[in-house]
This record gives sequence, structure tokens and C-alpha cells, in this order.
Amino acid sequence: MTEATHEEYAIHDEHFAHGHHDEHDHHGPAKGFMRWVFTTNHKDIGTLYLVTALIMFLVGGAMALVIRAELFEPGMQYVDPAFFNQMTTLHALIMVFGAVMPAFVGFANWMIPMMIGAPDMALPRMNNWSFWILPFAFTLLASTLFMEGGAPAAGWTLYPPLVLQGGAHLPFAIFSVHLLGMSSIMGAINIIVTVFNMRAPGMTLMKLPLFVWTWVITAFLLIAVMPVFAGAVTMLLTDKFFGTSFFNAAGGGDPVLYQHLFWFFGHPEVYIMILPSFGVISTIIPTFARKPLFGYSSMVYATASIGFLSFIVWAHHQYTVGMPLAGELYFTYATMLIAVPTGVKVFNWVATMWKGAMTFETPMLFAIAFVVLFTMGGFTGLMMSISPADLQYHDTYFIVAHFHYVLVPGAVFALFAGTYYWLPKWTGHMYDEKLGKLHFWLSTVSVNVLFFPQHFLGLAGMPRRIPDYAVQFAEFNAMSSVGAFIFGFSQLIFVWVVIKAIRGGEKATDEVWEGASEHGLEWTLPSPPPYHTWTTAPDIK
Amino acid sequence: MKKLKLLITGLGIATFGEASADYALNLSPGVTQLSRDIYDLHMYILWICVAIGVGVYGMMVYSIMHHRKSKGAVPAHFHENTKLEVVWTIIPFIILLAMAIPATKVMIEAYDTSASDMTVKVTGYQWKWRYTYLDNGIDFFSTLDAKSNEARQLGVRSNPEAVPNYLLEVDKPLVIPAGKKVRFLFTAADVIHSWWVPQFGWKKDAIPGYVTDAWTRVEQPGIYRGQCAELCGRDHGFMPIVVDVKSEADYNKWVEEQKAQAQKAVADAAKTYSMAELMAKGEEVYNANCAGCHMTNGEGMQGMFPAIKGSPVATGDLNTHLDVVVKGKGQMMPSFGDSLSPVEIAAVVTYQRNGFGNNMGDLVQPSDVSARN
Ligand code: HEM
Ligand SMILES: [Cu+2]
Repeated sequence: MTEATHEEYAIHDEHFAHGHHDEHDHHGPAKGFMRWVFTTNHKDIGTLYLVTALIMFLVGGAMALVIRAELFEPGMQYVDPAFFNQMTTLHALIMVFGAVMPAFVGFANWMIPMMIGAPDMALPRMNNWSFWILPFAFTLLASTLFMEGGAPAAGWTLYPPLVLQGGAHLPFAIFSVHLLGMSSIMGAINIIVTVFNMRAPGMTLMKLPLFVWTWVITAFLLIAVMPVFAGAVTMLLTDKFFGTSFFNAAGGGDPVLYQHLFWFFGHPEVYIMILPSFGVISTIIPTFARKPLFGYSSMVYATASIGFLSFIVWAHHQYTVGMPLAGELYFTYATMLIAVPTGVKVFNWVATMWKGAMTFETPMLFAIAFVVLFTMGGFTGLMMSISPADLQYHDTYFIVAHFHYVLVPGAVFALFAGTYYWLPKWTGHMYDEKLGKLHFWLSTVSVNVLFFPQHFLGLAGMPRRIPDYAVQFAEFNAMSSVGAFIFGFSQLIFVWVVIKAIRGGEKATDEVWEGASEHGLEWTLPSPPPYHTWTTAPDIK
Repeated sequence: MKKLKLLITGLGIATFGEASADYALNLSPGVTQLSRDIYDLHMYILWICVAIGVGVYGMMVYSIMHHRKSKGAVPAHFHENTKLEVVWTIIPFIILLAMAIPATKVMIEAYDTSASDMTVKVTGYQWKWRYTYLDNGIDFFSTLDAKSNEARQLGVRSNPEAVPNYLLEVDKPLVIPAGKKVRFLFTAADVIHSWWVPQFGWKKDAIPGYVTDAWTRVEQPGIYRGQCAELCGRDHGFMPIVVDVKSEADYNKWVEEQKAQAQKAVADAAKTYSMAELMAKGEEVYNANCAGCHMTNGEGMQGMFPAIKGSPVATGDLNTHLDVVVKGKGQMMPSFGDSLSPVEIAAVVTYQRNGFGNNMGDLVQPSDVSARN
């Protein structure tokens, strides 16, 4: 309690905080477990988010391996189809809400105050709360695995009427979604308030690092769409337990309405996972190309247009529900438009590399792989935006390949890149570059063995979300499963590299990367930074 | 052994890009004008993407090879170029326009269900399809065939390669005439399903409370296979679609046969059957319709599907038992009143009450079933 009050002062009254510092000659975090429970320090909370995300990444990954093990060969070998469906559902929910989103919030917590010259986040207690909601939300979600009838099994999209057939899990899963939504909204408010109010003097909006920009736009998306999702799942809840018929055709409701609501959330949601990745990549490439980012302002405008467009394209997930022709065409054209700002981003990254003096440390390797492989996902996205062609692609492994390309070598690689990039700053130790490179090469090769054949499977006619398949799909499924296991186990190297760097290693300099101090304020701080940074605002050039 | 072989092929494809076996890499052009138009559109966009990819990746590779510090590169300082940025915003617009025009044409074609020669209503059920011919009243269900169904059970350790058309075979295919424009109406009885035959070029969702439509005109007789494409519960992967496209003459013959069979079914329902007849027929019906959940040995699945063996229903009041089968129960147990004939229901209920050691001694006749319908 006193700790929290103390923090408040440190944020809102620099002089008071300084006075305090003088009394106790060294001000650091409280000791023991309670430090983590009561902390309001942005770095501690960032760490909590990142550790949680890593754990959830491993849990969700284990579920993916159950799926790929069953799909290794035709015939049912290991799990019942009902359990298989629970695995696909939980895998997706955990990866989206448990791994990717919290990891980016972790980055935001650690880096945004350091990047904009602020002493902490603007609303530190809310920050604490938005993190500590998560363990409860995940416990609720995971507990459904042990309930009668098992965990939700209708896919992460939770479409009615199927999802309403579920057993005891439904209210638990929905309440978990509510909590996750609250946490995200609080995190988003905190980021917006911090960026708009706590920038160091001279840090104008158009000087903000791109990572900060992408996060601000992401935060607006979160605030706009999480309530829609919460509303939609609440309507599921009342349909199931309180006799309403929002989505029940027999009662005058409309099952397709749910899909519109879900995707009004769901499409921006995919950009919520990718915009911060764009920010990370736009931060890393200039450092290792030793050149400023090409087209900074067009990057900002492109991000904003992607954010805007993401609200008006949702029904490209529903080309087969029987919308009117005009609807099909409108959503086709609008979706195709997203390719323009996305293309601008890719061109800018390439132009940043052009005529640079590149070196290829692990963060840069992951960033380059991101640009190449994310773009692959962009191409398939463009193909799927063409509604008549999507009548074939929809609900097949082609879709699975598309979104895994944008999410795994896309968002997840951006997380790896960012972690390797900032880890020396966070821990004060260089990570093991050899192991980092090994992790990179194993991941990059295996992720393609894992997901590339899925394009072929989808085109050849394999639907998604099936536990067993016709024999002509055997070869590519076997290959994909082999890739999955290699990819999965390669991630243990990453875990080990992180642990190793936390425990010790070569001392990192303040700048860490050659010339990095020209690329961001964080590199002018000591490595590791003291518990409180920027208690006096930095000078912005 | 088989696993090892798969593993080796899997890795083989990964390393050598071998391209001999019977797997496909690309969409099938299909068997209708519409499916070919969709295929052409797909190839057209694919090649555009490949061209853009070659450009972008080419620049990257060149840059990575030449602009590296280890080669003594000195970083340039440029960080914007308005002209370039405007150009690479406008060019994509033009490319998109070149994609949007053919896309619009094909979509209009796909949506044109007018002037059809006949209409089939397709209803999705968990987990089978029902085909109702609106022009002549033929009406039947189509489910996964027994061989695939047996081979796909968990723990049977069968060899799927030995099952012809594993998971892509049904007991009774949809039959349509070649050369005719067939309009389909889609709806569903329980949850959302999606009807997809890749060689026709499209899929369409079957949604409870909605009627969606689509059409096809298949030029050549043949057998075309597909699957449900929208997750619809436990056995989503096990409700295939088979379309038998016949020449017009063969199709007309088939229609006559169906009508004759329907008359025979009415006559059969009036007959009385012996225990042996009912048990034999019942086992067949049970394995095709019930075993998916209640299991071939009648032991069900703990926590999900109740056992038939010793169940209070199968060993209790006969009328309650009949009601459960005819009308369904709760969210998961489907009603079989529409999909099974009175003879089949009589047989399967007899089988459940006397098989699995239930030994109730009841003999159920089709007339008992008709009385409860
Ligand atoms: C050029 C940009 C993109 C375009 C044009 C695009 C287009 C599409 C379309 C049309 C679909 C629906 C396909 C179908 O179900 O039939 C889709 C699905 C999906 N996309 Fe993208 N996409 C793009 C980028 C992204 C990004 C950046 C992400 C995430 C980081 C993403 C994640 C997803 C996911 C998760 C799905 C599948 C959702 C599901 O059905 O479970 N996409 N995309
Ligand atoms: Cu989308």
C-alpha cells in the first residue's frame, strides 16, 4: 500500500520523489513475491506481461502439437474428434488473447515510457490491475477443460448455434472473454493517456518512434472493438440461459448477426496483433541498416489508414453466408484497398534496407524474415479478398496457411525480434548470439515446412478444423506435422536464451547496438535501466 | 512402419520438392464454366502476386547481398522521396483495379441463379445431408458410408488407404443430370454447415432459419466429391458430399427407380417382421447412424454420449425409448423421425433393446413407430 502511494508521487511529483530518494539512499523495488503483486512500476508490469505471454505461448503451442500429432497421418489415432475441436478452439483463444496480445502489451509497458521520456505509465494502479485480471481470466478458461462436456469446441469464433450446444463451459468461457476485454481496454486507455500526456517536452507527435505510433492506433482499435465482442458474447449468454433469441432463428433471431458482430471485432483484432509488430520491425530495421527509417510520415499515415480500413471490411470472412451481391462486391473492393497501405509499409522497409550498411544480428534476422514471410501472408490475403475466388478458399487450409503466415512468422517473429533487440537493455546482459541464430534458423526453416504445405492442402480441397482427412492429403499433412514439432521444440532454445540472459552474461553497453542511440531514447539509458527512469525529462533534439 | 514411410515422404518432399505422388498442389479447374472462371481468376491473381513478389523480394535480396557492412557498405542518408512514395501508392491502385473488374464479372455470374432447370433443397444436419428434389418430391439423407465410418473410429487402427475413397464416400449420393442448370437451396436443421464440392467451384453455407442459394451446370457425367466446410460439431469431418452426375436418360431412369422404391417403403411399413429380421437390419442401422456417438459396442462416451448398454431408456418404457429416437433429445441427440423409415426405426429400437446384453425381449414393428410419428 505504501509502495503504491509512493509510486503515485514518483509519477506526479518529481520533486517529491527526489526528496524521497534522498531519504532512503537507494530506491528499488520491494522484495519477494509481493513486489510483483503490488507493483505499479511499468518495467515490472511489462515483465509480468511478457512472462505470462511466454507461458501461454508454450501452453497454446502444446495444444497445437496435439492437433498436429492427430493430423500426422489419416485415421484417428490419439484423440476423440470432440477433444480435437476443443484443442483447436483453445489453441486459438490462448495464442490470440494469452500470447500475442499480452506480449505486445508487455513491450508497450517496458518501452513506451522509455521511448517518449516519461517516468512511468500515466495510470500505474490501473496498469497493475489490467495485468492481474489476466491470470484469473486464463484460469477460468483453462478450468473448462475439466468440466463435464469439456472446453469450448466451436472454434475461436464461437459461432452460434454450435457454441450454444456446449455444456457447462459456456458461462466460464464468456466470463473469461469479458475479463480479457476489460484488461485490454484498461491497457489501451493507459497507453493513450500516457502518450498524449506524458511525452517529454519537445517530443512532438511526429517525432514519436513508430512503435509508439502503432501502439496508439492499436489502442484506439481495442477500445472500439472489445466492447462489441463483449456484447456479442453476452448475447450468447442470454440466448443460452435467459431465453432471448438474438441468434436463434426459431425465436425470430439471426445466427448471421453474430458473425457480423464477431467480425466487426475480429478483423480489427487481427490488426491489433499486427500493428505493434509493424512498429517493432520499423524500429529494428533502421538500427541494423544504420539508416533512418524510410518514409516515416507515410508509415504513420499508412498505419492510420490500415486502422481505419480495418473497421469497414469485416464481412470478407463471410463471403459464403449468402450476402446480397452488392455486399459481396463492396467488401471485396474495401478489403483489396488494405493492400495499398500494407504495400507502402513493405516498400518502405525495403527502401530502408536499400543502400544501408546492414549487419545481421538475431533481431535483424527475425525482422528480415518477418518482411518476407508476412508479405507472403499479405499475398494470400489479397487473393482471399477476391470474393469469387474465396468461394473456393474459404474455410480450407489455405485460410489456415494465410493467417498463420501473418501471425507466426508475422506477429510472433516480431515478438522474437523485439525480445532479442531489447533483452540486453532489459537485463543488462547480452544474450547468447550463437543460440539466438540457431533459434532463428530452426524457427524459420521449420515454420515454412509447417505452414507452406497447408496452402497446397487447402487448394487441393482439405477443409479446416477436421480431425481426419482423405488419403490424398497425407503427404503434406505429414510434412506439416514434422515442421510443427521441429518448430515447437525450437522454442525451448528461445526460453533458454532468455533465462540465460537474465541470469548473467556479457555486460551490455548502454547503446547495445552500434549507433542505436540515434534510433531511440531507450538506448541513452543505462543497461539495465534503473528502477525509475526519466525522473527528469530528457532533452529531445 | 507406415508412420516411418509417411515421415520419410514428408521429409522427402520438404527437401527435394519431389512431385510424383497423387497429391494436388493447386485448385482444380473443376467441371463447370463457373468453376473454370473462378480457377482462371485464381491463377490471374496468383501470377500478379508472384510478379510483385519477385520485384519486392528481388530488391531485398540484392540489398542484403550488397548493402552489408561486412562488404564495407557506407550507409546513405536518404529517408524520404515523395515522388517515389506517390508512385508506389498509385501503381497498386491500378493493379487492384485490374483485379476488381474480372472479380466483379465472376461474382455476378456466381450469383445468377435465374433460369434454372430444376431445384434441389439441401439441408444440413449433424452430421449428414438431406436432399429434397423440389420438382419431383424425391427426398433422402446422405451419410458417411459404413466402411469409412468404421475405419475412422478412434483406436480401430485400421488402414485408411485400404478403404476406397476414405471419408469421401456416402451411402446414397446426390444425383443430378448433366448439362442442366441445377439451382440449390441451402438451409440447416441444427447448426451452420457449408456445402462444398471443389470441382463445382464454390461453397455455400447452410444456416438454420435461412435459405441461401447457388447453382451449377455440370457438363460431363461423373462422380464429384466434397465435404462440409463449416465447423458443425464433433463429426464435422465426417459428413462428406458425393454428387453423381448422370446423363439425362440415366437420370430419368434413376428418378423412376426412386419413385418405385418410395412406394415399396410404404408397403414395407405395413408388414410384420421377425426378431431375426429386425435384429439384422437394426445392427446395420445402428452402426450407420448411432455408433458415431454411442459407439459400436453400445458403451457411449463418458461425460458426452450415454451408453445404450444397460441404459435406463433402452431398458425402460418402450414408448419413451421410441420418442427419444423419433424426436431427439437435448442439444446433441438428433431426431431420426425424418431421416429413418418406420422399418429402420423399428429395427434399430429392437436392436438396442435386445443387443448389448439388454435382452428386453421387446419386438417393435413399423406400425408401432408410425403410431408415434
Ligand atoms: C493484406 C492484408 C490482408 C488481407 C487482404 C486479408 C484478408 C483476409 C480474408 C479475406 C480473410 C477471410 C478468408 C476466409 O475465411 O475465407 C482473412 C482471414 C484471416 N486473416 Fe487476413 N488479411 C490480411 C492480413 C491479415 C493480417 C495482418 C492478419 C493478422 C495478423 C490476418 C489474420 C487473419 C486471420 C486470423 C484470419 C482467419 C480468421 C478465421 O477465420 O479464423 N490477416 N484475411
Ligand atoms: Cu479480416
